[in-house]
Parts: sequence; structure tokens; C-alpha cells
Amino acid sequence: MGAIEKQRHILDFTLSSLGRRTGKNIALVIVYALVIFLIASVLFLADALKNEAVQILQDAPEIVVQRLVAGRHDLIPTHYMESIKTIRGVQSVESRLWGYYYDPFSGANYTLMVNADLNDHPGAIIIGAGVSRRSEPGKPLQPLRKNDLIPFKTSGGEVLTLQVKGLLPAASELVTADLILVSEPDFRKLFSVPNDRATDLVLQARNTKELATIATKIAQIHPDSRPILRDDMLRTYDAVFDWRGGVILMVLSGVFFAFIILAWDKATGLSAEEKREIGILKAIGWETSDILLMKFWEGAAVSLTAFFLGIFLAYLHVFLASSLLFEPVLKGWAVLYPHFRLTPHIHIYQIAVLFFLTVIPYTVVTIVPSWRSATIDPDAAMRL
Amino acid sequence: MILQRKSDVFFCSLLLGVLLICLMVADAAISRRLDRDGVQERRAIVRVLALTDLCLTTEARYTRHPSMADLHTPFQEHPLSLDHFPAGALMPPPPHLRPQDGGE
Amino acid sequence: MIHLQDIRKVFNAGQPNEFVAIEGVNLTIDSHVATALKGPSGSGKTTLLSLLGCMARPTSGRITLKEREITSLPERFLTEIRRETFGMIFQQFNLIKGLTALENVMLPAYPKGEKHAALKRRAMDLLELLNLAGKALAQVEWLSGGEAQRTAIARALINNPAIVIADEPTAHLDTTLSREFMEIMRQLKKDGKTILIASHDPIVYESDVIDRIVEIRDGSIVLPGDGA
Repeated sequence: MGAIEKQRHILDFTLSSLGRRTGKNIALVIVYALVIFLIASVLFLADALKNEAVQILQDAPEIVVQRLVAGRHDLIPTHYMESIKTIRGVQSVESRLWGYYYDPFSGANYTLMVNADLNDHPGAIIIGAGVSRRSEPGKPLQPLRKNDLIPFKTSGGEVLTLQVKGLLPAASELVTADLILVSEPDFRKLFSVPNDRATDLVLQARNTKELATIATKIAQIHPDSRPILRDDMLRTYDAVFDWRGGVILMVLSGVFFAFIILAWDKATGLSAEEKREIGILKAIGWETSDILLMKFWEGAAVSLTAFFLGIFLAYLHVFLASSLLFEPVLKGWAVLYPHFRLTPHIHIYQIAVLFFLTVIPYTVVTIVPSWRSATIDPDAAMRL
Repeated sequence: MILQRKSDVFFCSLLLGVLLICLMVADAAISRRLDRDGVQERRAIVRVLALTDLCLTTEARYTRHPSMADLHTPFQEHPLSLDHFPAGALMPPPPHLRPQDGGE
Repeated sequence: MIHLQDIRKVFNAGQPNEFVAIEGVNLTIDSHVATALKGPSGSGKTTLLSLLGCMARPTSGRITLKEREITSLPERFLTEIRRETFGMIFQQFNLIKGLTALENVMLPAYPKGEKHAALKRRAMDLLELLNLAGKALAQVEWLSGGEAQRTAIARALINNPAIVIADEPTAHLDTTLSREFMEIMRQLKKDGKTILIASHDPIVYESDVIDRIVEIRDGSIVLPGDGA
């Protein structure tokens, strides 16, 4: 009991001591909380996105076969389907027709995709929620609704008008925000894609364990093809927003280390005032270990407060405010931006890692420089 | 009960902080459970439409469909490149394009 | 109670600025007695006081406290003994700024880990004794000279020490406050405490509270007073 009471007493003193420069210490907590907020936001967002990708892309096509010409993605001849169908283990092969359309009116990039259901309804399109919004900065446009007509410019220079027949569910925006589903004849007319070409092929295998073998065989039969496995697609999203690599890590490390250097600088320059106080404390009966405990609580008080503040705000930021602060980077120059509300995904592991990366270093940085002053001879206090 | 001692106030705040974290974890778990139908719906759309990517950013081809990106893509982010897309900073080339995977 | 034997204290030994503060001192301080250490500045008063108060170790010689040798005790034990046995009053009061008078008084007892309520009550009792109850929650920077002095005294008494040590306590006080200080010392002596004051202020060493004067000059005792 005495030990706990002692901690409480020392903490009382530490808090009073911090309270002497409230403004400066609050600023410190805020800056520190900001650093944690940024790191935690990235962690939360990345994790939630990856989780979402893994969950819903489970049903993506098992193999997508592209054709590469001079290292670039080119249209694939549809007759490739016949030779591929003969490969053992292949259950079905279908062609996909999709591409990008830039709409100068709204400035947005749309993904156009052929959907077989529309082949009986030429002239009709189904659009995603983002397309419907097609917001343009500075110029609010009327959202597109059912029966609205949209003019498209074909690659031949003519105008092709299509009518909105339906909207894709808003809840699926994370995958369909910029989609426009069209009929095959309209697609081919729009982009002048010859009848014997498709964008790529999708395969279904009888046994998922054979996917790699099938992919190898496809590459053998058609050396200019490039099979992409579903696993590869899923792994793509492991890399997105990965704080372990890329620009994010550099920026965050920079911020983080700048902060640690700042904290070290603050702590090492123990002012004459602080040294004097440690001397007084030693003179009135505090041991070196008590002084160090006080310094520990000083570091812990600031960093723990900042930690909880930063994490909580990061959670709100990512899951309630849809990562508002990261929107400019994600959006970039695009006009269309999906509105999605991510399902919160949070691991105790993440929080523990954050804790050890932030609270511990700061606390250490506060204690270590005080070591020498803490061991001051109480006798020296007499001469102050 | 007025908290007299500063250390008591501090410990209460810490407790509050821990409580908040527990709330966050609980909120995440509950939201996940409530979203099960939404997940099924999204999965169904992915299956029906044969989609391969999340629509995170419509800035460039290789950020809109990173899993479909071709070999030319990683070179679009060269410092002198005319096509520079901010979102590319967040979307590194997918693993299956990188050399150690014995690229295509 | 405290016995110094052949004490020698050297600062910065072996360096160009080596300085012998105390040389060949033999001294016994008796309990329940008020002793004054008299001497000019630079005479080694402060060093002697800090040796007596277990705040420094001698370069050579032995110190015994209540029959127990403490010269070579490890710091931890020494600190504990110091905390329990001595109450220090400094020349500059050395109160911690930014804290209230009450907090300052309680500080020396913090590391002991006793119950807060009991500690607080004891501190308030001391402040009341010294007519400072009304100023208990005031920041020490706002206290007058006399109030700060009394707060420093209260702080020295919080652990109920047997020995009270004061280093030039009247250096920053006017005559009235100086006399007031000596009256408080008289009361403490009556309560059974041993008093040890280093001062070159006549108001202190000529006071009738003082039972014995030890004169010190250039690091050696010139006049041992009664008892050596």
C-alpha cells in the first residue's frame, strides 16, 4: 500500500510541477497527440481497407488473362478463349469488356463496363453512385437520375446518347462508385473495339488449387498473355497505404523523429531552475530513485494523455469522418471520389504497437537526461 | 465526490482513456457484426460484375485498378514524369509486379 | 548525539582548484541543546553543517549519530536517516515555486508513502502552529518573507525530526522576523528538539536560546564552546 501511496504522492508533485507551465505543456501534449493521431489514422485506414478488400474481393474472378504488347496492356483476341477452354481444370472462360472514359463536362474519369444483362437493352446504362453525383469542384451539377440522358463522345468523334436505366446501390460505392454498365454493342461503338477483341478474359477453375498450374499453361500457349491470379489481386491491397513502405513511412518517420529530437532537446537542457529544484528535493530527503520516478511520471503523464487523445481522435477521424484529412491525397486530381464509410477494424495489437512506439520512447527521453542531475549531492543544495 | 488530489484526477482520466479504447474495440466488433449483410451485398456485386478492384481513387488507371496494372505502370511515378498522380504515393506497385516475385 | 572525529573535507581533490574546507575537526553535539556555529563567510560553516546533517561525506574521519557510525553508509540508508532525523531550514528558504505552502510542507514526506489524509492533517497542524493556516493554499511566491520563513520551518518539521538544522536563517530577514525566528526555536527546544544553527548574525548567537557557541574559522574550530 505504501508503494502505491508513494507513487500517488510523487505524481501529485509532478502534476503540480507540470502545471507551472501549463501553456507550454498543453502545447506539447497537443503536438504529441497530433503525431500519434496521424500515425494511428494511417494504421486504422490501412487496416480497414485491407480488411474490406480481403473480404469482398474473395469473389473476384479466379484468373484474369491480359494481353501485353510491348509491356503494355493491349486488347486480347477473343479466339484465345477456345485454346484456353481446352486446358484441363478450366470450368469456364468469358470475355470482359471494360475501359475508361473521360467526361470533359464533369472532368471525371469513369470506368465503363459491359454487362450481359444490358445487351437486350441497347442505349441503356446503369450508373454507380459516384457517377450520379459527378461533382465538379466549384460547379455543382445536378445528380444524374433514372431516365436522364448522357451524351458520350465516341472515338470516331460522334455523339452517342445513352439513358440511365438504374443506379447501383450506394452501399456498394467502395467498388462501384465510378462504374457505368453498358451493353456490348454500345461499348464497341463507343470505343471502336473490333468484334474479335476483348479487354481481358476471366476464368473459373474446377479446383482452386490448380490455379497456378492453369496460369502457367496459359502463359505457355499464349506467350503474350499475362494471367493474374485472384491471390495476386488480394495481395495488391496489402501494399496499399502500407506504412511500412513508401512515402508514408518517410513522412511519418520524419515527423516522429523530429518530435523525439525536440523532446530530447527539451529534456537535456535541464534549466538551472530544474537542477536547483532537484537539489532542494534531495536536500529535504528525496532519494535519487525518487527523483527518477518523478521524471518518469513527467514523461508518462504527457505521453499517456497524448496517446489516448491521439488514438481516440484517429478513430473518429477514420471511421466517422471518413478520413477527411487523407482525402486530398487519395483524390489527387480526380474529380470523382467515392463516399464510403469503412467498417471499423481495430486490433489490440495495433494499439499495443503504437503504445510501444510512442509512449515508451518519450518517457525514456524524459528520464535519461535527468540522470546526472538526479544524482547530485544534496550538499550542493546548501550552496544554492 | 470531488477529486481532491491531482493524481486522482489523472488516474481517472487514464481510466477514461482505457475505457474509450475498450469502447472503440467494442464499436468495431459491433459494427462488423451489423455490416455482415452489407459485406454479402458487396461480395455479390463483385461476383456478378466480375470486379477486381476497390474504387479508391479514380485518378489514374493504375490507381483505379492496381491489381490490373501492367509492367509499364511502376515507371509512371518517375520524378521527371509528366504523369504524376498524388494517389500513386499511396499505391505502390502491387507485389506481383515486383522483381522478387519473378515478374512477368 | 552527533560526534565528529578527525574530520577533514576537501573539495575537487587532485585538481588545480583543490580546496580544503574543513581540517582536523573534532566536535560533539549534544541532544536537547541549541548550538550556534559562528564564523565569517568562507570559514567552512556551511560545510560543517552539511557534514553534521549527513548531507555530505567527509574526505577522512568518522561521524557517529546516536552511537551509530554513518560515515560509510550507502546513500539509500543515509537518505532515510537524514529524512527521519534532520529537518533542514535553508538560507534562501528554498521553497518550490509554483506549489502551495501546504504542498511544500508535505514534500519531504512524499517518498515515505504514508496515507495522504494523515500527512495532510499533520501538515495543516504544523501550519496552524505557526499561524499559517490561512495561507495553506497560497502559492509560495505570494507569501511574505515571514510567512515563507515559517513555511520553511514547517517543512523542516513534517517528519518530526529530532534535530533541526538551520543555515543562516536570518540572512534575509529584518530584526523583528529574526527575533520571531529565535522564539520559534525556543519553542522547538522546549519540545525536546536539538537545534543547530550556523550564523554570523548576533541576533542569533547572542540570543539566550543558544546554549553553546562553536566558533569556526578557516576550516578549524577556534572556540569549541562547552564540550569538545
